[in-house]
Amino acid sequence: MTTGTGIKAKRGGGLRAWLMAEVAETVMQARLQRAYLGWLRFVENPLAVIGLTIILALILIAVFAPLIAPTSPSAQNLDIRLLPPSAEHWFGTDELGRDTFSRVVHGSRITLYIVLLVALIAAPVGLVVGTISGYFGGWIDTILMRLTDIFLSFPSLILALAFVAALGPGIENAIIAISLTAWPPIARLARAETLTVRSSDYISAIEIQGASAWRVIFRHVAPMCVSSVVVRITLNMAGIILTAAGLGFLGLGAQPPSPEWGAMLSTGRLYMFEQWWLTTMPGLAILIVSLAFNLFGDGLRDVLDPREQ
Amino acid sequence: MAVSDRDIEPVGALADRAVRRQVWLRRAGAAGRLVVSVFVTLLGLLALTFFIGRMLPIDPVLAVVGDQADQATYEMMYRKLGLDQPLYVQFWTYISSAARLDFGVGTFSGQEVASDIARVFPATLELATVALLVGVFLGIPMGVLAAVFRNSLIDHVTRIIGLIGYSTPIFWLGLMGLLVFYGMLGWVGGPGRVDSFYIDIVEPVTGSILIDAALADEWDIFWNAVSHIVMPGSILGFTALAYIARMTRSFMLEQLNQEYVITARVKGLSNRQVIWRHAFRNVAVPLITVIALSYGFLLEGAVLTETVFAWPGFGQYLTNALLQGDMNAVLGCTLVVGVIFIALNLLSDLLYRLLDPRTK
Repeated sequence: MTTGTGIKAKRGGGLRAWLMAEVAETVMQARLQRAYLGWLRFVENPLAVIGLTIILALILIAVFAPLIAPTSPSAQNLDIRLLPPSAEHWFGTDELGRDTFSRVVHGSRITLYIVLLVALIAAPVGLVVGTISGYFGGWIDTILMRLTDIFLSFPSLILALAFVAALGPGIENAIIAISLTAWPPIARLARAETLTVRSSDYISAIEIQGASAWRVIFRHVAPMCVSSVVVRITLNMAGIILTAAGLGFLGLGAQPPSPEWGAMLSTGRLYMFEQWWLTTMPGLAILIVSLAFNLFGDGLRDVLDPREQ
Repeated sequence: MAVSDRDIEPVGALADRAVRRQVWLRRAGAAGRLVVSVFVTLLGLLALTFFIGRMLPIDPVLAVVGDQADQATYEMMYRKLGLDQPLYVQFWTYISSAARLDFGVGTFSGQEVASDIARVFPATLELATVALLVGVFLGIPMGVLAAVFRNSLIDHVTRIIGLIGYSTPIFWLGLMGLLVFYGMLGWVGGPGRVDSFYIDIVEPVTGSILIDAALADEWDIFWNAVSHIVMPGSILGFTALAYIARMTRSFMLEQLNQEYVITARVKGLSNRQVIWRHAFRNVAVPLITVIALSYGFLLEGAVLTETVFAWPGFGQYLTNALLQGDMNAVLGCTLVVGVIFIALNLLSDLLYRLLDPRTK
């Protein structure tokens, strides 16, 4: 959409007509037309638009956290311990007199950091394993898919817990552990997609021209799987956020005094019955963000992957 | 290609027997493949936990003998733990002890991990069963109604519950439940399985405190236990409900669009008969898989729920083991969960084959 507005400035009012033209004149136009049609389908779904809006807001909040938050997330002031929400401290203050609102705002950075890194690790790994497995078939397929099945035979939180126990607590180890549990469903998906394109004529044509297996996989098969992988990882992001928060809550993810939402809940729990805001606010933040990813993912699926409907 | 008469000519009993033999062979083949695949997955599971145990940054010898031990003690323990053996020998030792349910001694409880797990598991089973009942008895009717009255109020409510169920951190929901229904309203019992003065009064027979109290005719304890399990059971059940309702809805929608449903309606059957006798019967079989899987996922949810509600079950045991760095207990628990998952998958697979005539 950002490209769309850029061109709008150049082309003036004819943009819509240009985007809806019956025959595209350039590759660029064809691509933008497709993106525009996808966008039109996406905005038909109000819930998906809400999801996207929340995610964009989250990104903005994370980027401008120091400007939005009234205080630093670690600024302590023991004179104002455990104050209820007020005009001055919107979400109240915690046991060390830190402003909960500032901490929740800064926590958005950690959440985005986790989600982004897990997506950047798990999606390519899943894509590579899935396409190789699907393209080569035979014993390579059997071995890789068995491996995937073994990882899938654990509930992801339990497996992540076992990995964190071995690696030691901490946010980086939590990211590694979650990534290790996030790639198998993507590999399964990429394999299924690969199987559908492997026998098509265009792949045979490339093979006859003498392209190497790797070239076929990475230049011609993998790009066909990208859109469904993107949809899947977006839908999985909600689960990733919940797992990360769960690890933080159990004291195995981000460690205090980090303003990670799960870790905040874990300390807030000690004051739960008297100071309700310490558990309510970070939890609401987790709920809203993971809801947003679910809504956005559903909308994205309708646009990119109509077959799954 | 034309089919000549000879191709479809019946050859009588001989052909019949051949066909039956073929069917039998196919079924035996499928069963064989299933056994092999379960076996391989189990082996992989063991390899994975073995691998996790090996990448531990803590020295396993020091964990046993302590850092005060002299060189001779250290080396003796090193050999006793089998660490001087090649990796495949170590793996074999690991498999054979796991097969005897020997996961070693837990460092923080000082007891066999297997007996610890056996002791705490009934509490989790009780919680997960209550949760599953909530999920099944609310989720299935909701899913069916949502599919039948598409885009009505009940459909929207089901969708919202589904979305929230997928997006809420369950431990937070538990905390909020405790805060509102226990802290503010006082409608339910607090953390734990029963109030502290009721603990260890009933003789554990089944391990389920509800059943044990009822058997012992201790109705005070029974109702106390009910008030304690209501909250964690419904919180955990809520996630199962979200999943079950969503799957039921999509299975039902698929069936309601089939032609046999139209036929049934044209025949003049009542709406209720069409929905429950015709469409729902076909949904029931795939739903078994969904229910079996959600039982497995409840185990995962139990880890966090039990921590919140101080429920002395498997999840709390695992969490404590994690915080204490007790690797024997952690890996034992991981293995148990993995085996339960595989067993549930196998069970639902077998039930599916048994109940769905189309798979025969």
